[in-house]
Amino acid sequence: MRLHLNLRERARKGFWRALEAVGVERPKERWNRQPSLLRRALPPLAIGLLVLAIAWPVWATPRPSLLAALAIAYGLYLLPSRARKVALPAAAILLVVAYPFYLGELFKLPLFGPFPSMDTVVVMAIFTVMALGLNVVVGYAGLLDLGYVAFYAMGAYTAAWFASPQFAGQNPDGSYKRNVVFGAIDVPEGIGGFHINLWILFLVAGCFTALVGVIIGLPTLRLRGDYLAIVTLGFGEIMPQVARNGDRLFGTSFNLTNGPQGINPIDTPGFGHTLSDATGGFLPSSYLSCCNASFLNHQISSTELFFWTAVVLVLITVFCSWRLRDSRLGRAWIAIREDEVAAAAMGVPLMRTKTWSYATGAFFGGVAGALFAAFKGGVFPDDFFFNISVFILCMVILGGMGNIWGVIVGACVLAYLNQEGIANIGGWINDRFSTSDAQWFQVWSGGIDVPKYTFGIYGAIILIVMLFRPQGLIGSSRRKQELQQGVHDEPLYDSQAQGR
Amino acid sequence: MATQARREPAFPLSRLPGVIPTIGFLFVGAIVLWLVINLAKTPDAFYDAALIGLSNGAVYGLVALGYTLVYGILQLINFAHGDVFMLGGMITTTFVGSVFGLHESESVGVLLYTIPLMLIVAMAACAAINVTVEAIAYRPLRGAPRLAPLITAIGTSFILQNIALAIYKERPVELPSPLLPNGSIFSIGGVDYTWNRLIVLMVTVPVLVGLMWLVQGTRQGKAMRATAQDADAAAMMGISVNRTISFTFAIAGGLAGAGGVLYALYFTSVKYDTGFTLGLIAFTAAVLGGIGNLPGAVLGALLIGMIQAFNERLTWGAPGSSWTTSIVFSILILILVFRPEGLMGERTPEGQ
Repeated sequence: MRLHLNLRERARKGFWRALEAVGVERPKERWNRQPSLLRRALPPLAIGLLVLAIAWPVWATPRPSLLAALAIAYGLYLLPSRARKVALPAAAILLVVAYPFYLGELFKLPLFGPFPSMDTVVVMAIFTVMALGLNVVVGYAGLLDLGYVAFYAMGAYTAAWFASPQFAGQNPDGSYKRNVVFGAIDVPEGIGGFHINLWILFLVAGCFTALVGVIIGLPTLRLRGDYLAIVTLGFGEIMPQVARNGDRLFGTSFNLTNGPQGINPIDTPGFGHTLSDATGGFLPSSYLSCCNASFLNHQISSTELFFWTAVVLVLITVFCSWRLRDSRLGRAWIAIREDEVAAAAMGVPLMRTKTWSYATGAFFGGVAGALFAAFKGGVFPDDFFFNISVFILCMVILGGMGNIWGVIVGACVLAYLNQEGIANIGGWINDRFSTSDAQWFQVWSGGIDVPKYTFGIYGAIILIVMLFRPQGLIGSSRRKQELQQGVHDEPLYDSQAQGR
Repeated sequence: MATQARREPAFPLSRLPGVIPTIGFLFVGAIVLWLVINLAKTPDAFYDAALIGLSNGAVYGLVALGYTLVYGILQLINFAHGDVFMLGGMITTTFVGSVFGLHESESVGVLLYTIPLMLIVAMAACAAINVTVEAIAYRPLRGAPRLAPLITAIGTSFILQNIALAIYKERPVELPSPLLPNGSIFSIGGVDYTWNRLIVLMVTVPVLVGLMWLVQGTRQGKAMRATAQDADAAAMMGISVNRTISFTFAIAGGLAGAGGVLYALYFTSVKYDTGFTLGLIAFTAAVLGGIGNLPGAVLGALLIGMIQAFNERLTWGAPGSSWTTSIVFSILILILVFRPEGLMGERTPEGQ
């Protein structure tokens, strides 16, 4: 970092010296006398034009859309800082929401290939919610949770139980009883089981998962950090096994999870005909049978509807994390993370605060799990391995523990890599090095299966980030101090936690 | 060890005197009753399971000793330990397959020199791997919060798994079976106790004794105990803390290598992710026996091995092998919540 700053300083000094050398008198002083808007506006413009001038011959015709995007970015940059604070997130949200409309226009990136497809973007958004939830536990409260996938699984199964034919009781004549239908969209006649409206279920799944989080947390949160990690890991391992063996729970004939086949189909989300007609078709009645609407010459698909739903969920999660972080509770979490004993001495109720962080994280994990189940149209126990816990943890660490924007970036990058990126990079590497004509460059033959090593790559990411930039890509400065200077060591038990 | 383990359990129920011990005794009593009923119903299955469990436990014990040693000195759960163990097993498969070309029921004379050779190579390789892991992933994070090395440990675990995946591919590497002689030594209730099971025990027990001597009776062991107790004070007394920690990792890696050799020879199948699950089971064993406590680790491992074998092999009321992981982790959670100091109490060989 210091080297980098030095280079920048040196480049600046060199620039002024160069100007002096060509005969401009005291360029720095004269420059500093200019109005601040000009001083802010000119350098990026000059650099941009320079780059454009160099790139023009190589890159025949830059797309007008790219130029427009650059111009808008430049305009945002010029805004006064108070306006920018509002305009920048607004522009980012707009950019994200409009993604389906300009996805087809985007160019290919050199190494990563095409921009993420709609399916990938939905997964990225859902994983962002999960990573933000885990960030509350790991980033804010400093409790290492290695079993976050358990909450994700709980949420997914809650949605699946109450919006699928899973618990369809059979009548004596062999037809299915329809047990409970409440606001479900497009459930065909003759299918049994619970069918509750999925919007309600998202909330129910979140609350139920939070409750499970509290139940798991109450006895275990007393343990010291690394013991807590191993206990949560244990829960994360038990949960998928229960899901896999849950078709005949403990030898009884009760089918809880339908075993390795998983539960499908799950109902589709939607707003129903009443709401759809009342809003003139703006809210689709059902996500799967929606798709004759078009907007700006763009045929809207059900994946895009899921995408916007997930984006709304991400926005809600971001808002909650942001407000929670600055709340009394959030400050208590940070206090506990930094020094548990001091926090307890200052009157922070350790158990209650930790349990709240656990419940909050679990809530978002559950909601994200339910949305993911609805998006995939089913839940399968193989989706809930320990790997996923580490994957989400990796997002939080890579982006920067405790920093909302960092976690969003980390989640998007890693979810993209997992869905498409690593396969694309692998294809690129194999194209280049495995079948290339340059013989001395041919390191191996037949290509390597890069996606096979996905988790090795994540392991390397975790290791490198923790060793060289422990605060993450976009880390919070507070966390950085803590990670580099160390904190007070924790005792085996928090002795203050007794009786709270 | 800098643990301030308190005698009373940390659960609110502990305010009612005697409730936790009562529940505990009832629970253990129910298990004993279940075992007795099984013994009465199918004695041969019971003996079979007990003997298998003893041998499995002996393998787990070697891995658990490594966890306990590292935890005792650094208070770090070395997640990569199970994968070092797996690499030891993989090295053995290479030796059995391409170097010696052993086949089923090899003569005792050949085994007498090949197995020690494999043990030496695998132990040395695993010790080197473990020391390297420590130097790269843990040493730079000495002053960082506790969770930092734990996170790098997980990362290292994945990297080691993928190294094995790259070299040995996804399929389990199968060895000719049975490789060790499986003639009967004696039999209890119609169940034979075979040589291969005894060989496993014959490695674990001397290793435990030797390790206890090392920790209690040698200068290096004294340095280890001092470092575990207070690293700063040990450094002031002229102990090279980093070298002592490296030594501990080397010993732990050697144990993992020995465990890997035994596992490969005894179970005759190793997969790139074998180490992860088995490592967690061994860690549970270390916690069950009392982490930081060497005989405790072996005792815990034997218990866990027996529990696993009973669960998988008994016929009356056993949940079956599909629940093994859940049962082991339930034990881990229960132990951590109710008796975190483990069965063997708080006394630890490092820093009593």
